[in-house]
Amino acid sequence: MPIMIVVPMTVKADPVLRLSGITKRFGPLVANDAISLTLARGEVVALLGENGAGKTTLMNILFGHYVADEGSVEVFGKRLPPGDPRAALDAGVGMVHQHFTVAENMTVLENIALGTEPLFSPRFPKQKAREKIRRLSADFGLAVDPDRLVSALTVGERQRVEILKALYRDARILILDEPTAVLTPIETDALFSTLRKLIADGLSIIFISHKLREVMEISDRVVVLRGGKVAGERHTAATDRKELAALMVGQELAAPAVTAPVRGLRLMTLRGVSTRGGGTPLREIDLDLHGGEITGLAGVSGNGQAALAELIAGMRMPQEGEFRIADAQVGVWSPAAALASGIARIPEDRHAVGAIADMSVTENVISERYRSPRFSRRGFLDWKAARAFADELIRDYDVKCPSPDMRIRLLSGGNMQKLILGRALAAEPRIILANQPTRGLDVGAVGYVHGRLLEARARGAAILLISEDLDEVLALSDHVCVMYKGRLSPPSARGERTLQQLAELMAGHEADHAA
Amino acid sequence: MIEAFEILFTASFWVAAIRIASPLIFATMGELICERAGVLNLGIEGIMTAGAFAGWLTVYGGGDLWMGVAVAALAGAAFGLLHGTLTVPLGLSQHVVGIGITLLATSLSYFTYRIVLPQVTSPPKIEPFQPLAVPYLSDLPIIGPALFNQTPLTYLAFASAAVVAWVLYRTPLGLALRAAGENPAAVEAQGISVTAIRMGAVMAGSALMAVGGAFLTMSAFNSFFFEMVNGRGWICIALVVFGSWRPGKALLGAVLFAAFDAYQVRLQQLTGGAVPYQLFLMMPFVLSILALVIMSRRASYPKALMVPYQKGER
Amino acid sequence: MRLEPKPSSSLAATLLFPLAAVAATVVFASLLVLAAGANPFSVFGLVLKGAAGSQFALMETLTRATPLIFTGLAVAVAFRAKLWNIGAEAQLYAGAIVTVVLGTGALPLPAPVLIPLVLVAAMLAGGLLLLGPAVLKTRFGVDEVVTTLLLNFIVILFVSMLLEGVLKDPMGLGWPQSRRVIADAQLPRLIQGRRLHLGFVIALVAAVGVWIVMKRTTLGYEMRAVGHNPEAARFAGIPVNRVLMKTALLSGGLAALAGVSEVAGLKGNLTRDLSPGFGYTGIVVAMLAMLNPLGVVVAAIFVAGIFVGADAMSRTAGVPSYIAQVMVATALLTMVVAIMLTRFRVRWR
Repeated sequence: MPIMIVVPMTVKADPVLRLSGITKRFGPLVANDAISLTLARGEVVALLGENGAGKTTLMNILFGHYVADEGSVEVFGKRLPPGDPRAALDAGVGMVHQHFTVAENMTVLENIALGTEPLFSPRFPKQKAREKIRRLSADFGLAVDPDRLVSALTVGERQRVEILKALYRDARILILDEPTAVLTPIETDALFSTLRKLIADGLSIIFISHKLREVMEISDRVVVLRGGKVAGERHTAATDRKELAALMVGQELAAPAVTAPVRGLRLMTLRGVSTRGGGTPLREIDLDLHGGEITGLAGVSGNGQAALAELIAGMRMPQEGEFRIADAQVGVWSPAAALASGIARIPEDRHAVGAIADMSVTENVISERYRSPRFSRRGFLDWKAARAFADELIRDYDVKCPSPDMRIRLLSGGNMQKLILGRALAAEPRIILANQPTRGLDVGAVGYVHGRLLEARARGAAILLISEDLDEVLALSDHVCVMYKGRLSPPSARGERTLQQLAELMAGHEADHAA
Repeated sequence: MIEAFEILFTASFWVAAIRIASPLIFATMGELICERAGVLNLGIEGIMTAGAFAGWLTVYGGGDLWMGVAVAALAGAAFGLLHGTLTVPLGLSQHVVGIGITLLATSLSYFTYRIVLPQVTSPPKIEPFQPLAVPYLSDLPIIGPALFNQTPLTYLAFASAAVVAWVLYRTPLGLALRAAGENPAAVEAQGISVTAIRMGAVMAGSALMAVGGAFLTMSAFNSFFFEMVNGRGWICIALVVFGSWRPGKALLGAVLFAAFDAYQVRLQQLTGGAVPYQLFLMMPFVLSILALVIMSRRASYPKALMVPYQKGER
Repeated sequence: MRLEPKPSSSLAATLLFPLAAVAATVVFASLLVLAAGANPFSVFGLVLKGAAGSQFALMETLTRATPLIFTGLAVAVAFRAKLWNIGAEAQLYAGAIVTVVLGTGALPLPAPVLIPLVLVAAMLAGGLLLLGPAVLKTRFGVDEVVTTLLLNFIVILFVSMLLEGVLKDPMGLGWPQSRRVIADAQLPRLIQGRRLHLGFVIALVAAVGVWIVMKRTTLGYEMRAVGHNPEAARFAGIPVNRVLMKTALLSGGLAALAGVSEVAGLKGNLTRDLSPGFGYTGIVVAMLAMLNPLGVVVAAIFVAGIFVGADAMSRTAGVPSYIAQVMVATALLTMVVAIMLTRFRVRWR
C-alpha cells in the first residue's frame, strides 16, 4: 500500500509586483538581460548595483518610460501594458525619479496635481487638492507648503514633493531611484523614517542605490545587478557589506594605496573670498592648496561647490577677498587665464561642459590648447599634430576608442572621462581641480582615475577634490573640509574627524573645536 | 503740437487702434500657446498669410464669412500639424522648420491665388464683416465705439484672449500645457504624453494665428494682396516676449502697439510731407526691437522652450 | 517613438535620403502643376530647359546663383555658430547702398582700386549691421531671429526713403531709383552678350575662402565649437562672445557682397526691388548644402536653376512662377528630415 505523506503547504502571499525575464537592448548594448524579481507586500527590496548596471533602465521599464524587448510586468497579479506610465500610475506604481521631475516655475500644488484630473475637465478643484496634500504631509512627515514655487524649495523639500506626487495618486508600490544621492546624512534619516511610516501603512518599496550602508539599513532583501544581469539575491539580515560589494563588482575591491603626503609650496590661497549671484554663493571662505597634497571637499551638492569650482576654473571672479596663485594676486581672470596659471580642470558634467559631444575626439582634446604653437601657427591649425596628440592620449590613458576622428559622444562615460583626465594632466599642471571625477563611472574606471590623481599628487601637484561620495573623499584626501551653505569648515587632517563629525558638519552643525 | 495730443482723445483713433490690434491679438495668443508648451513657432508669418488667403478664397467662392473663418482656422491647424510633426516627435530645429513653413505657406498661398485669378491687376473685393454695435455700451464716450462698435471678429479676438487665459490657468489641460513648456519630464512622469500636448498646442495656436490673418482680408481690408501680412507675425513674437508669456499682458501689449501704429498713421497726416513716411512706417518695427530688449532682461521664459523632448531620456 | 543616434552612416544612406527629399519635392510640385491644369512632365521639361537647356539658360542660372552663393555662405557661416542670421536681406541692401554711395561718381578712382574698396566697405557695412543683433544677443539675451527679421523691414524702408531722397537719380524721370554705377565700379561681364559677371567669380573665391576658414583656421574651429556647445567652449577658454562678434562680421559681410554683386554686376543701380528675397532663399541654400561652403555653390546653382527655369516655363506654360518658391520651401523641409534620417535611426518602441 502506498504511504501517504502529508506535506504541510505554507501559503505564501502573492507578490504585489513581479518582473519576469525583462530584457532591454539599446543598439549593441544589453542594458537588462532576462531579469526577474518579485516584491512582497510591505517589503523593502533594494536594487543594488554600480553605475551602468541597469537599475534605472529596469525601473523605467516598470514605470512605462521604456518598453522591454522581452519579458513582462505584473502588478497585483495583473499584467501591465508596456510603455504606458499612466497604466503604471493607475495600477498603483509611483516613482521618485533620480532627477526630480518637477517644474520649477510652478507651485508644489500644481506639480502634484498635474495629470490627476481628466484632461478636458473645465475646472480644477484646488481646495480639495490642497487639503489632501496637507493630510498626506502630516501623516508621513513630509512637510511642504503647497502654494510655494518649487524653485524656492531646497533639494530635500523637492524630494518630498516627488514622494507626495506618488502618494497623492494612491501609490501602493513606491520606487525610489538613488534618493539619498542629494541628501545630507540627517536628511537621509528623515527620509528613512518616512519610508518606515509608509511601510506601516501597507506600501511596498523598491529602493535603488549603490550605497551599501543605506541598503543594509533600510532593506529586507537585496537584489544585486551587475552588467545588466541579476548577480545575486540575498536577505539583508543574512549578508554583509563585503559580500554585497563583491557581488556588485564581481571581484575584490582594492582600496587605493595612499602614500604619505609630501607637502610642497602653497600654490593657491583664498582668504575671505565671497562671491555673488548664481546659486549658492561663497561666504568668506579660506582655503590653502599645497603641492603634493589632495584636499577633499565633502558636502552635498548645492552648498557652494559650484561657485568654488567656477572660481578656480576661471568662470567667476571673487566679489571680495584675496585670491592668490603661488602668492601672486590674481588680476584678470578667465578660463584661459586659469589654464595659463597651470590649473587643470576636470568638470562636474563631462557631457555638458567637459566635452563637445558632436565634435571629434581630436577636436576635443585640443580645445584648451589650440592656440599654442604646437597646434596652430598664424591662425591656421595643424591637424596632424592634433591627431598625434589625440593618439598619444588614447594610448597613455587606456581609452577604448577606434579612431580619434570619431565623434566623442560615442565613447562610453568612463572612456570620455579618461580622455578628459588625460587632457587635463597632459599639461603637467601644478593645480588640479577634480569635480566629481568619478560620478557615473564603473569601478574599473573609478580605480583608474584615483590612481592617476594619486600619481599627480606624488609628482607635486595640488589637488582639490570635490565629491559627493564621502567614501571617496575620505580615502583619497590628505585634508578634508566640509562645505555648508557657502561656508567652508577649517580643514582636518586625514583621520582627524570621524564620519559622524563630518556628517554633522555637512548638516550645518558646528563640530566643537576643543582639541 | 496740440493736435498731436488731441489725436489721443478722438474716438476714431481708438476705434482704429482696437481694429489694428485684433489680428495681433489672435496671432499673439496663438504664438503664446505654442511657446508656453515649449515650441517656438516661426511659421507665424506664413500661417497668417495662409489664413488670410484661405478665408478670402472661401468667401470669394461663395461661402459666408464665418465659414471663411473656419476654413482659415483649418488651414492654420494643417500647417500647425506639419510644424508639430517635424519639431515634436522628430525633434528638428524649430528655427529652420519655422522659416520653412513660413516660406511654404506664403508661396502656396501666392501660387494658389495666381491659379484662381491669373489675370487680375487689382485684387477682387469681398464683402467684409460689418461692425456690430453693442446696445447702450456703444454710446459711451470714446471707449463706446472703440470697444463696443467693432466687427464680430474683433469681439472674438478679445474673447479668445480670455479663453486662452482661463484654459491656461484654471483647467487641467492648461496645467499640463504649461508643465510641458517648463519640464516635459514632469508631464511624462504623470502619465501624460508630451508629444500629444505639444502637437495639440501647436495646432491650436496655428489655427488662432490663421484667424488673425483672416481678419486682415475679411475685416480690415476686404481683399487679398501680396505682402499683406507685412511683418505682423514677427511683431507678434516680440509681443509674446513683451507680455512675459502671459495672456493678459500680451493683450495689453498688442493694444498698446496697435495704438502706437494708429498714432503714427495720423501723425503722418499731420506733418504732411515734411517727414518721410518711411520713418513712420519703420517705427513699429523699431519699437518691437526696443520692447524685446527691455523685456529680455527680466523675461521668465518657459524653461523648456525650444528643447525637444525624447521619451525616457536618460 | 524614439530616435537613436547612428554611430556612422553608410555612404548609401548619405546619398539616398537627400535624393528621396528631392524626389518628394518633385512629386509634391507635380501635384500642384496638375492642380494648375498643366502636365507635370512637360512643365518640368520646360523648367529644365529654361535652367540649363542652352548656353544662354545656363548663363542665366549662374547669374541668378551669384547672389545666392553669397547669402548662402553668409547663412551657413552664421548657422554654424548657431547665430540665427535671418537678416541677410537687410545686409544685402546695406552692401547695395554702400555700392551706390561710393560707386556712382563720388570717388573717381580706377577700377583696380575702386572695386576692392567698394567690396571692403560693403562688407564692413553688412558686418556692422549684423553686429547689432549679435550684441543684443550676447549682452541682453535677445533672440537674434526676431531682431534680424525686424531689421529686414526697417532697412528696406530705409532704402525706400533714400531712393526717394538723397540717392535719387536726378535723371530718372521721377522713379525711385539711384544713379547708375560708373564704369570703374562695374563688375565686368565674363562673356560677351551674356549677363554673367565677375561677381560669380568673386562668389566662388568667397566659397573657397570660407571653406578654408572653417576647416583649417582657429577661427573656424572656434565658430564650430561655439555653435555646438557654447558652455563647453567657454569652459575650455574659447572667448565665446568675441567669436560670435567675428562670426557676425563675416556673415553680414558676405551677405553684403550679394548687394554689391547685384548692383555693380547686374542691374547697374539700386531700386526697391533689387532683391526678390535672396536673403531668405539663402537660408534654404545653406540648409540644402548642410552648411558646407562648397555645397553652398552647388545648392545655389540648383535653386537658381529652379527659379530661372520656372520663370521661363511660366511664360510658356502659364503655371504661376511661384511654383519655384513652393519647391524651394518644400525642398528645405524634406531635406531637414532627410539629414536627420542619415544621422538617427527611428525606433518605434
